[in-house]
Amino acid sequence: MTRKIRVVHYLNQFFGQIGGEDKAGMHPMDKAGHVGPGMSFAAALKDQAEIVGTVICGDTYFGENMETATKEVLDLIVKYEPDLVIAGPAFNAGRYGSACGAVCAAVAEKLQIPVVTGMYPENPGVDMFRKHIHIVETEGSAAGMRQAVPKMAKLALKLAKGEPTDSAVDGYLTRGIRKNYFAKERGSARAVEMLVRKLGGQKFVTEYPMPQFDRVDPNPAIRDMSKARIALVTSGGIVPKGNPDHIESSSASKYGKYDLEGIDALTAASHQTAHGGYDPVYANENPDRVLPVDVMRDLEREGVIGKFHRYYYATVGNGTSVANAKKYAAAIAKELVEAEVQGVILTST
Amino acid sequence: MRLELGKIRIKDVQFGPETCVRDGVLYVDRAAVERMVLEDDRIAGAGVELARPGEEIRIIPVKDVIEPRVKVAGPGGVFPGMVSKVDTVGEGRTHVLAGVAVVTTGRIVGFQEGIIDMTGPGAEYTPFSRLNNVVLVCEPVAGLPQHEHEAAIRMAGLKVAAYLGEAGRDVEPDEVDVHECLPLLEQAAAYPGLPKVVYVYMLQSQGLLHDTYVYGVDVKRILPTLIYPTEVMDGAIVSGNCVSACDKNTTYHHQNSPVIHDLLARHGRDFNFIGVVITNENVTLADKERSSNYTTKLVEMLGADGAIVSEEGFGNPDADLIMNCTKLEKKGIRTVLVTDEYAGQDGASQSLADANPLADAVVTAGNANEVISLPPMKKVIGHPEAANVIAGGWDGSLAGDGSITAEIQVITGCTNELGFSYLTVREI
Repeated sequence: MTRKIRVVHYLNQFFGQIGGEDKAGMHPMDKAGHVGPGMSFAAALKDQAEIVGTVICGDTYFGENMETATKEVLDLIVKYEPDLVIAGPAFNAGRYGSACGAVCAAVAEKLQIPVVTGMYPENPGVDMFRKHIHIVETEGSAAGMRQAVPKMAKLALKLAKGEPTDSAVDGYLTRGIRKNYFAKERGSARAVEMLVRKLGGQKFVTEYPMPQFDRVDPNPAIRDMSKARIALVTSGGIVPKGNPDHIESSSASKYGKYDLEGIDALTAASHQTAHGGYDPVYANENPDRVLPVDVMRDLEREGVIGKFHRYYYATVGNGTSVANAKKYAAAIAKELVEAEVQGVILTST
Repeated sequence: MRLELGKIRIKDVQFGPETCVRDGVLYVDRAAVERMVLEDDRIAGAGVELARPGEEIRIIPVKDVIEPRVKVAGPGGVFPGMVSKVDTVGEGRTHVLAGVAVVTTGRIVGFQEGIIDMTGPGAEYTPFSRLNNVVLVCEPVAGLPQHEHEAAIRMAGLKVAAYLGEAGRDVEPDEVDVHECLPLLEQAAAYPGLPKVVYVYMLQSQGLLHDTYVYGVDVKRILPTLIYPTEVMDGAIVSGNCVSACDKNTTYHHQNSPVIHDLLARHGRDFNFIGVVITNENVTLADKERSSNYTTKLVEMLGADGAIVSEEGFGNPDADLIMNCTKLEKKGIRTVLVTDEYAGQDGASQSLADANPLADAVVTAGNANEVISLPPMKKVIGHPEAANVIAGGWDGSLAGDGSITAEIQVITGCTNELGFSYLTVREI
């Protein structure tokens, strides 16, 4: 017989049977075997998995010391060498939900093992962690324990065995991951049907719910440009000739940092574009058209700007995911701030 | 405007001593086609290959796909303003070699040409794996500028499609579809009890190899205007695009424009389909504002209650899509949008470059960033190394054994935003 899957269960002070709100400040502790709702999980996991240990922590302690508490809980969990971690369910308890989410996310990241928790969709822990972990949808209160446990146990076993999961079948909250599949009707027919429903005031389901957009407020203006250090950053793909970093023509997986020391203007011999979203003829003829090094040098000589920053950064915006673009921007911004750059001119295509 | 569309079902394509259709087989005079392509002195080399469904063949890099058609009655000829004179088309009778396409390939024009696999996992993602393809391998003369190169290959494809279409002129079609579109006021009065619906057909016009032509006019230079659905069926709109393979509308897509067909299918029953507005996707803000204002005005002028708006391409045109949508919705005209997504290879990123809560009814044709592995094929028509540079591929996409790992973005027609295909997305 194969070895049973080793499970650690995370609970707060209340479900961990330590006490109520008066015990919410307790530090993490562990107990061998299952505690409280762990008994129903043990039953639902049957002979396939065993709860080898339970880690309990007070909600207030966790909430007020998120970073240390996560680490302390993680250390206790590791001791049991688990294959799987189950947390909660937390129902609509906000602090408990956030703790379950944080513990699961940390376990998934550090131990690389499957995790499952359960929450009511409006629990603040859902928005914080739904993209990182599997959160089974539960009722708002502990009255929903009887329905929650078998769903969570079933999903946990599937994950532990590496079986495919599906939010609709397994009852977890969607993780915001867009996954392709082939529909029964072609897109145009679905569009016509959706319009008929919309015009008729009937219920319809959009296939792409619009996201909330990040809007960035501009920084205050630079008061004295003649003393400012200005850098160029581009998503137009201008790279040294030969594209030494092999930045992709679309869906760029990286950005490049390139030296402009001693360069007065870009030429067809020195630079080119790596961008695949536009006709490169004009950019390759004169790369200054996308990355205006020539004009920046003029401004520097004329004293309009204090200093033109020695390095420029370039990536390809074409089809590059917003998440990646954000990551590159954060890294580039950090270096620019460290280099005491006060202003950046962003050029696209 | 009444058009009879006679479909001749072609079940196989073969080379033969003369180009003709016999018993559902299209025979192609290979030498004649090659000569025709070489008439253009911008093209130095021309080859013709056949690729049938199920064959272990990969075509790469694919520029355009075109359906052979021929005008047998009524004014004008196919591809007016490109191959035929600029007569207004869409009336009379047109024969279609259904099940056949002309596919253009050769040295890559831009970064954004695609792949058609005739079998294997890639074949599922492209509608063109189900056609009998006559593939033109066109190699340009040395030093030909890209715009000239694009124009030469575009014209070669259209010319050969028109030439092959001629073979169907005197063949009795297997079925005849009749489409009748009335003058606007009559059409609007036809079904007083039904809501009026317009199709807003966005055409790629970012320029720099991202171009579409209507009656031979570069769409960048039009104001949004009206067109009868049947004009589109006669090839009034053709592709000059090197936008990403997955969501560029090939000429074949325009000829078989699916929103038009699916609106016509329910016309007079669920709504009154009163017209098509074609608009562009230019790059400057002023152009975007002007075109979306003008589109909205036209749709309102037509008295529409609802509109389907389809996009072509992604990123920059997402702004046009959202402008068209929000301006129409603010006029009380209900919209459904057709687009695709760039949600990252892991599907976790934001899918469009623009968004608005008024866009509450969206059909998606798939996440173009999803990665696929395409096994090696026995035969490759074209240039397999293009896989390393086309949009959706990367340095190393083409492995030593001939297999390709890339985003599905590289597959021609895979996330078509006219809604031609079945691929879509759900959240997990």
